[in-house]
This record gives sequence, structure tokens and C-alpha cells, in this order.
Amino acid sequence: MENKNYEELTATALKVREHIIRMSTDGGCFTGASLSAVDLIVYLYSRFLNINKDNLNDPDRDYLFLSKGHDVPALYGTFAELGLLEKERLKNHLLLNDHIYWHPNTKIPGIEFHSGSLGHLPSVALGVALDLKISGSTNKVICILGDGELNEGTCWEAVLVANAYKLDNLIFIVDRNQFQANMRTEELIPLEPLADKFAAFGAAVKRVNGHSFAELDEALNAYPFQTGKLNVLIADTMRGKGLPSIQERADRWFCNFSAGEVEQLLLELHGEHNTTLTSETLVVR
Amino acid sequence: MSYEELLTQTALADEQVIVMTAENRALVRNLPAKLGKRFIDTGITEQTMVGAAAGLALRGRVPVIHALASFLTMRAFEFVRTDVGIANLPVKLSSFIPGFLSDGNGPTHQAIEDISIMRGIPNVTVFAPADEDDLVKMLPQIWESKSPAYTRINTRQTGYNHAPFVMGKAEVITEGTDVTILTYGLLFEQALIAVEMLKAEGLSVGLINMRSLKPVDEEAILKASAQSKLVVTLEDHFVTGGLYTIVAEVLLKNRSTANVLPIALHEKWFRPALLPSVLEYEGFTGKQIAEKILGYQTAHHQPEILTPEFSE
Repeated sequence: MENKNYEELTATALKVREHIIRMSTDGGCFTGASLSAVDLIVYLYSRFLNINKDNLNDPDRDYLFLSKGHDVPALYGTFAELGLLEKERLKNHLLLNDHIYWHPNTKIPGIEFHSGSLGHLPSVALGVALDLKISGSTNKVICILGDGELNEGTCWEAVLVANAYKLDNLIFIVDRNQFQANMRTEELIPLEPLADKFAAFGAAVKRVNGHSFAELDEALNAYPFQTGKLNVLIADTMRGKGLPSIQERADRWFCNFSAGEVEQLLLELHGEHNTTLTSETLVVR
Repeated sequence: MSYEELLTQTALADEQVIVMTAENRALVRNLPAKLGKRFIDTGITEQTMVGAAAGLALRGRVPVIHALASFLTMRAFEFVRTDVGIANLPVKLSSFIPGFLSDGNGPTHQAIEDISIMRGIPNVTVFAPADEDDLVKMLPQIWESKSPAYTRINTRQTGYNHAPFVMGKAEVITEGTDVTILTYGLLFEQALIAVEMLKAEGLSVGLINMRSLKPVDEEAILKASAQSKLVVTLEDHFVTGGLYTIVAEVLLKNRSTANVLPIALHEKWFRPALLPSVLEYEGFTGKQIAEKILGYQTAHHQPEILTPEFSE
């Protein structure tokens, strides 16, 4: 039975955003890029993927690869809310007593593979999808990509090869938040018409509002989008979603807020405050 | 037994083995028909092949992957380092036409820094067989190991019957007190010729096949440098980062020193031509090696060097 009630997901996503804001201090993190991916990641783990705290080593689980690794606070926040990771551990961000840092690594349960160097996990996910096909398994493999990441040629190599091997068990999801590190994608290396590009490479493509659980639900309920074809879902999102003071700002990719700003932003997230940020802006990495 | 026969036999006996290639099929031509879905050709995509091999290994497979040495180690370097090395996955790299074996291709295809860059990746083991007999003797252990591995594929025939392979051990061919030649790969056949000439000149000569370059046989290096007046490192590789460097590292680590003559490529790519001409031009024939060590010309006869078959 399909569950059309998304209140629980909305509540979870709000808590994940709180975690991200709290991780954006004492060294900071990629706040803007994490906030755009929250709803997508919460939806996938809550409703779509067969992944939970009890099956993380089961070969019959589904797989999610976060190729756009710098948005890992969204993933850790989701893990914390869904019981895969103790919430207390999020406080260890960037501390030597744990392994929670700016990019994903397999010392954290639920992380299938490390990432950080862009354009790698499309091929790693491709290898897992190939094995599932060879083994006759029906598990799904998702790889989440950033839109800026699509500058890397290896993303497109993987699409070509996935097309050749008819990997309809593989889903590439693009977090299309319109920004790469320093500026809008269309101002640096234009990507549009993006759906047409993937389609021309042989993929079955859908495009939805990546902040709408109903739209994500409808699109992914149609998985596989077309038998024998790589699935590509372009999720249109907003950098910094949920925080008007940093939304769609080129200079708020990586944020390191002061403790006072964190408190103000938590209020802003709940619509109770307008924050004036004074912490330094863009940190180019 | 040939490389292809060994790979076929191994893959048919073990369902976990996956054979991959970035469209270099010279030594795996008959595999598709025998392995079906367990043969994967990703096309001309070395990076994607390596990444996909990591994904397959995550699922418990042992991918044996093929590409030309320069593209496998350099085009795909970061994928080997980041996806295979960091994760310490049992991906087995088989590199075609390494070193002088790229003969007429030109500098784009010359992998003469491959040993240096592969051994620099934590977890990655490195091997360079003297000929096909040596190759098929080492591969079963390399493929059974849990470590990522880089092997310089060398299918030349020398007629030499090699000792059984032991991971991390060199093969001592002969021992001597005047000079010991340490070498690996296809120059082994020229070293055999040089040894005979040096012996004919009255020298006590040793020869060691450094088939396992990482892990390396430190004891063999220390023993050779202790008992020989001169140690020669002979390699179709840049002088930086290969066997000469390995010997220097081992000696320094053990607070030892030796009189070492490196015969390698010094800050230059080699002149492209068919293999016999390359060896002659660059000074790597057995006779030229012997004369470099002796310091004078001899009347010895250099045997014919066979041209390898074109393999792409």
C-alpha cells in the first residue's frame, strides 16, 4: 500500500536540517550543498530503499552511493534520525575521537564507499549493479551526483557503459541545485538541457521537484523507468533549502557559523527569525 | 601454459573471478565465449573500468582487469589509488606492453614509471615477471591474495625454467662475488646473456630475478650487496622510483651502502622502434650490458632478439 502521508518525512527532514546547521560550526561543513539534498535522502531511506540498521551487511540490501560526498551531513543527519547512527556522534564532527568529517567514509555504518573526489562513484555503483545483474539479484543501486560534478567526464563514461550493459537496476539521481562551488552552473559550464543530454546517452530520464515527497514518490514508484535502461532522476533543488538567509547564495557553499548564528539559524529554519550573518562567507576548497 | 590458458582455467574454477578489459583483448580473446557475463569489456574507459572493478570487488568478486600499462597506471591512476588503494580491494591489474614492450608505439604508450607510481600506493602489491613461465608461476598466488595487485604482463619465452614463486621473495639464479645483477621483467633474458659473457671474461657473477617488487626481498638485496663488489640494477624503467630506488631504500633503512650501477632510463623516454632495435639503440642488449659493467668492448656475439607480436 502506498503511503501518501508525508508528515513524518517532513518532520524528519526538519530534524536533519537542524543537524546540518549544528554541524556548520567549529570548522563548519558544506551547508548549502547539504541542505539541497535533505528531502531526497530522507525520502530514499524512509520510503524507497531496502536499507536499515539491521541489514547493513546483508548482500540482499539495496545500495546508496553518495558521489557528491561533500553533502554527507545530510546523510549522517538522516542516519541519526533513522537509527543507523547514534545522534550523540554527530557532535564528534571533525573531532579525532570519531570518523565524522567533511567527506563520507566506511568507518561510519551505512556508508557503502568513501567519496570526495568527484566522478568516482558512478563507476563504483556501476560495478555493484553489474554484479547484481550477473548474480541475478534484484536489489537496487542508487548513486547521488551533484550537478557541478557532471563536469567530470567519468560521470558520462559511466552512463555510456551502463547503457551498454542495460543496467535498469541502477539509478543516477542528480541533486540539481543549480550551483557548483563558486557560482551557478549555467554561468560556468552550462548543463541544460540536462535531461536531453542523459536521454541522448541512452538513459530513461525523469525530472521532479526534489523537495516534493509526492513528486519523488510518483517518479520512483515508476522504477525501473524503462526496462533495459539506466534510470536518471533529475531532482530540481535549491542550494541552502530551508534557510532564507543562505538560500541560492553563491558564497554559502561551505559555512562555518558562529555559535550565536547557529542559534539564530535554528529559529530561522522554523520560520521564527531572520538572521543577519556576519561570519566570513565563501571558503574556496 | 599461457597467460590466457591460466586465466581461463582460474576463472572457470572460481565463480568469483571477473575478467575485465578496457578494450584491450590481445591476451583475453577467447574469454568472452567461455565466461559469458563474467567477461566485461567497458570500452576505452580505463577509469570507469577500475571504478567498476572496485564495485564488483565490494560485492566479493575478484576482478582481473586489463589495459595498456600506461593508461591503466596513469590515465586511471587516481581511480586505482582512491577506489582500489584506499578501500584495499582485491582488484588485480594486468598491464599490457609495460616498459620496452611498447616497442614501436612511442612515448604515449611507454609505461616506464609504472613500478614507481603503483608501489607508491599503500596496499598495492607489485610484480614483474621475467617471462611467461615466471608469469604463470606467480599469478595463482597474486590472484588468491586479498591485496590489490599490479602485474607487468610479460608473455615472452626465454626457455628458462623458473623456481616456484614465493610472495616477497626474489629468485636467485646464480651467485657471484665480483658483480650481481638485479633485474625484473623482459630484461631478464638479456641479463642471462650478459652473465655468460661476464663469466667468460673471468668474473664471478650473480643474477637475481626481482619478480616480487612489493613486497620486496630485502634479504636478497642486502646479501647481494654484501657479497658482491658491484651491484647492478637493470630495468626498463626510469631510474627514479624503480628497482634502483628500491635498493637505495633498503640499503639506507639497514644503514648499509654498496657500489651500485643503475642501468635504466635516465630522464628520457626511449626511441620508439621494434624491440630488438630499441634494446640496441638504448644500450640494453646482453652484450651492451656486459660491456657497460666491464668498461671495455668484447668480441662476444649478441644472440638474436625476437620481435614480439603486435598486441593492442
